[in-house]
Amino acid sequence: MDGPITLGPGAAPRPAGGRNLHRFANPGRFLRATGRLMPLLWIAAILVLGAGLAWALVFSPPDWQQGETVRIMYVHVPMAWLAMGGYTSLAILSVMSLIWRHPLADLTARELSPVGAAATALCLATGSLWGKPMWGTWWVWDARLTSVLVLFFLWLGHAALVRAFDDPERGARAGAILALVGFVNVPIVKFSVDWWNTLHQPASVTRLDAPGMHVAILYPLLVCSIGFTLLFAAVVLARTRAAVMERRVRALQLARARREDAA
Amino acid sequence: MTLHWWHIVISYALTAAVFGGLAAGAALRHRAARRMLARLDPRGDRS
Repeated sequence: MDGPITLGPGAAPRPAGGRNLHRFANPGRFLRATGRLMPLLWIAAILVLGAGLAWALVFSPPDWQQGETVRIMYVHVPMAWLAMGGYTSLAILSVMSLIWRHPLADLTARELSPVGAAATALCLATGSLWGKPMWGTWWVWDARLTSVLVLFFLWLGHAALVRAFDDPERGARAGAILALVGFVNVPIVKFSVDWWNTLHQPASVTRLDAPGMHVAILYPLLVCSIGFTLLFAAVVLARTRAAVMERRVRALQLARARREDAA
Repeated sequence: MTLHWWHIVISYALTAAVFGGLAAGAALRHRAARRMLARLDPRGDRS
């Protein structure tokens, strides 16, 4: 499976800075490299997540204020970080797509957005499940919750937009522009608890002075975050590998149809 | 089981279902594409 992933006929020459990046535009090379990486990534994700979840559900103590409900935080906080970190990755891929016209960046962005939307939906759902017993309500229209809801719609919008064009390259361009425009929402999500008076508590792990929680809760939270990040990366990479192979299948089917037409 | 624990169980079950579904979906797509490639391009590299 040689040759780069097909670019459209109007593809412009690429700046020299992206030359090294284009080594992985070769689908065969990409599949070989990631084929070796995938089993390691799955094993690491399962081991770290297994240890983290056992720690979170069994060995970590209940919080003095939240009681057992604090255990929802071991899922909610990693999902919130993945929603924002994933969107930052989407913005970086969009820059790579727009500047270097890297076809693999397009494909990865296309496969990333449904996973990012799922992580953001889980962040909202688990936050709601935590909020009901702690705040007495499933939802409030405060700045943090509303900006995360906007982030969810941005993820969904990107996933829909890149699939809305017959020409995948045009869809990728439109999606990249939407992702970059929408990136302005990420600092709003992060700093909303500082800029506005919100029901949502301010940052407690990423504070510059010191984390605002006991190590008995902080350490399993960090292990769960690493585990979910590995799982997120494994799922996105697996989807991208499948997409590369599907694109190859379409190219071969098209070539076969042309041959049959010519015959 | 208390209401608090129900909320915890639903949170973890939702997360497991969503990520399990995403992983299974990716595996099924990969397997289907691999089969199609084997049919269309028997000598191709499908690492």
